[in-house]
Amino acid sequence: MSSVEERVRKIVIEQLSVKEEEVTPEASFVDDLGADSLDTVELVMALEEAFETEIPDEDAEKITTVQQAINYINAHKA
Amino acid sequence: MLSGEIALVTGASRGIGRAILLALAAQGATVVGTATTEAGAAGITQALRDAGYVGGGLVLNVSDQTSVDALLAQMTAQFGAPTILVNNAGITRDNLLMRMKNDEWDAVIDTNLTSLYRLSKACLRGMTKARKGRIINITSVIGATGNAGQTNYAAAKAGMIGFSKALAREVGSRAITVNCIAPGFIDTDMTRALPEAQREGLLSSIPLGRLGQPEEIAGVVVFLASAAAAYITGETVHVNGGMHMG
Repeated sequence: MSSVEERVRKIVIEQLSVKEEEVTPEASFVDDLGADSLDTVELVMALEEAFETEIPDEDAEKITTVQQAINYINAHKA
Repeated sequence: MLSGEIALVTGASRGIGRAILLALAAQGATVVGTATTEAGAAGITQALRDAGYVGGGLVLNVSDQTSVDALLAQMTAQFGAPTILVNNAGITRDNLLMRMKNDEWDAVIDTNLTSLYRLSKACLRGMTKARKGRIINITSVIGATGNAGQTNYAAAKAGMIGFSKALAREVGSRAITVNCIAPGFIDTDMTRALPEAQREGLLSSIPLGRLGQPEEIAGVVVFLASAAAAYITGETVHVNGGMHMG
């Protein structure tokens, strides 16, 4: 079983079609990885599915970087 | 032409919806048609089986979110997530505005317009993931021209066109197209309910001099669902024998 960090990074790479080396912890989905608003919605849905959790809209808005996504999953995983 | 596609058609127990369902199935799509009753759903399943098509009928109340969620779950488990959504279910509750009741207004807006919100949202998750999809909304010539006694229906049908244009912009980057078809007067139970005098009057306003057939709407749905229509989005195709020329 890979770590949360590895799995989140893999999802980001797939969803946003970016290179592995671009997905640094502080990378912003919108500013650094070129995500548009629909991409960020899809990314959150992919995280919800992968980690079998529901991410409320108000929380989803605060997840803007790779590290924030990893922290959120670590704090809320089942 | 549509093999590998999975289509969901609401309001498929009769009329235009039934013709759309059969036309999509004839092109090789797996089809699910919805009806408001168990008997209607069973009738759809039977019609598909008789014709040797893949798919079935399921019960759906388009004005109930729980029912929409249940349908999508069942359809996805049984047949797969829809790649083609045809929002066809619709009702009329005609009345002059000065006599119209709140429930007549609400029922028409909810069934004809809010259903697009519920169903499109429910189907988009699968479509965005698949990076393809077709949403085809059956509006009406009345949404473009208006009609006395149908303020509720005209508002809902015109609303569908605006909804489709906005959604087409949202999901275009995912190769999902959203279009409307606006039938004129088609020979169905809905138009058979019109008084004879009104039917006669209607015919004189149609250059082609006849009502349309449900299959003539279904043919346009098949086209919009096909790869040939991949570059058409946010558009409304009028199919009305010339009674209204956009």
